[in-house]
Amino acid sequence: MNDKVHIFDKPQNVRRVLWALVAMCIATIGADFVYHRHIVHPWEGVWGFYAIYGFVACVVLVLVAKELRKLLMRAEDYYDRDG
Amino acid sequence: MVELPPFVLFYLAALAAAVLPRRARQVVMLAVPLVGGLALMNLAPDLLVRVAFMDLYLEPLRVDKLSMLFGILFHIGAFIGIVFSLHVDDRSQHVAALLYAGSAIGAVFAGDLLTLFLFWEILALTSAFLIFANRTDRAWGAGMRYLVIQVLSGVLLLAGALMLYRHSGSLAFNHIGLNGAGSFLIFIAFGIKCAFPLLHNWLTDAYPEATPTGTVFLSAFTTKVAVYALARGFAGTEALVYIGATMTCFPIFYAVIENDLRRVLAYSMINQIGFMVVGIGLGTALAMNGAIAHAFNDVIFKGLLMMSMGAVLHMTGRINGSDLGGLYKSMPITAGLCIVGAASISAFPLFSGFVSKSMVMVAVLEEGHPGVWLALLFASAGVFHHAGIKIPFFAFFSHDSGIRTTEPPLNMLAAMGLAAVLCVFIGCYPWVLYELLPFSTGYAPFDGSHILAQIQLLVFSAAAFAWLKVSGIYPPELRSTNIDVEWLYRRLAPRWVRHCTQGLTAVSDTLGQATQNASRVVMRSVVRHYGPEGALARSWPTGSMVLWVAVLLAASLILYYL
Repeated sequence: MNDKVHIFDKPQNVRRVLWALVAMCIATIGADFVYHRHIVHPWEGVWGFYAIYGFVACVVLVLVAKELRKLLMRAEDYYDRDG
Repeated sequence: MVELPPFVLFYLAALAAAVLPRRARQVVMLAVPLVGGLALMNLAPDLLVRVAFMDLYLEPLRVDKLSMLFGILFHIGAFIGIVFSLHVDDRSQHVAALLYAGSAIGAVFAGDLLTLFLFWEILALTSAFLIFANRTDRAWGAGMRYLVIQVLSGVLLLAGALMLYRHSGSLAFNHIGLNGAGSFLIFIAFGIKCAFPLLHNWLTDAYPEATPTGTVFLSAFTTKVAVYALARGFAGTEALVYIGATMTCFPIFYAVIENDLRRVLAYSMINQIGFMVVGIGLGTALAMNGAIAHAFNDVIFKGLLMMSMGAVLHMTGRINGSDLGGLYKSMPITAGLCIVGAASISAFPLFSGFVSKSMVMVAVLEEGHPGVWLALLFASAGVFHHAGIKIPFFAFFSHDSGIRTTEPPLNMLAAMGLAAVLCVFIGCYPWVLYELLPFSTGYAPFDGSHILAQIQLLVFSAAAFAWLKVSGIYPPELRSTNIDVEWLYRRLAPRWVRHCTQGLTAVSDTLGQATQNASRVVMRSVVRHYGPEGALARSWPTGSMVLWVAVLLAASLILYYL
């Protein structure tokens, strides 16, 4: 099909999105230097707590889920077959 | 004036929809939630309608802030679902959807356990038809499993209600609390519908098998009725805090590796209900408000996500992440609306999830559960990861699947647009929603610390996704089935039953063989004695008989003299 070129067909646009994300990461974690969040629990007060926790949580989530596939994954028609 | 319970309107409309031609049916269906919504506004607060039924007092209509909020919510949910399914030319689905929505509304206005039970069961039965309506073998199987589990939940509710009645002499549905066997049965009944861990699998089994429009209704009502029932009956039950925390965490692992995008949303639904269950378990004013507000928002943003995936399924016939991708090119509006839903479920500031979930998070810390708080924070990052990014990314972006289609029908776009507007409106003007909540807490959602913390969490979760994706660590979407608790009743139990019946067959085979052998031996001896050559069948000469008579007489003579 003769398709027109869309926005994310260009690799430089994808790179721009990624750089924008990096810029937002730096900006929001940098805000921790200047803005003092009021806290309910001492853990919240640790510098960059939410940022680091969010990043680590997602990486752990994906890595564990990937390992779980070995345990849980079956063929698509698993329940349709006689077993 | 006699107050009419709000469900009556929906039931009447279902009757009308069963006979009216298509156009008229559409008009009636659109009118019902609007007229019903207006009628709702005119109900007196704290209204209680009581009818005597044999020796019992039933309360088919009880109005208070809690039931009113869910009543309004279900009218909105029904309206969105009806607009979304307007193009469907299937009378049975429309009738089932109206009865289903009406039963949900009936359940939240029920003042006693018997009325609740009745709606609980009709809810189960009518919703199953939205699954059967897909008319595939898979849908039939999933619908039957769904129905069995839902009816079981109803039976437990009835048993528990009768035990409570015997104990207290009242069927009124108020705070129950966990004490005694009756209350425990009701707790489990609610827990099944609420998708507690291990009791959750009906949801992820059945919802993705329903029709593209049916799933939108399903996601709005059943579990939210259960959340309402828990909030009414078991507020402040500490076990719920831990049950809820488990519910937020375990489904996100499944959601990451699941290929069917509607099933991803089903898992993410359990995760969102988990936040509500935690709030109900804490039972404080702030936590309860958070739980209930989150139920309200979830119906709308989960509905929006389900609708966007329903639109994709409707237009392309596909729903697996491995088959989709690049659809933003041909469905840009749907993609945009899906992203609004994704931002709302991920609790981005100014979207609806933020103003309700943060209440639960704050309440968890204030009540001194830092461990649970960490679990919920993990789940918050996780929900952004699988529902906020994965759903729009694999459907609309990712690698180009080559599928070229068009935007869905106008009514589908309108329903999604309405839900998206509500998501943003509640996100920006949460006070409108807060007014409806049962408690007044003076909670201020837009506080610099909360906003910054939430943005940090989300931006860095997005960074983690981008990094894993770019580095190739992210697991690819694969055509697969992931086994869950359902394995117990879809694989293990049938296998076990087959094993037992095989054992029984072996026993009966042995028994049969033994009987056959025994009868053969008996027959052989009968033939030997009575057969043509048998001793007893021979013709005897008279002489030998006389001889034997003589022997007998001699024997008796000898015995006589002895």
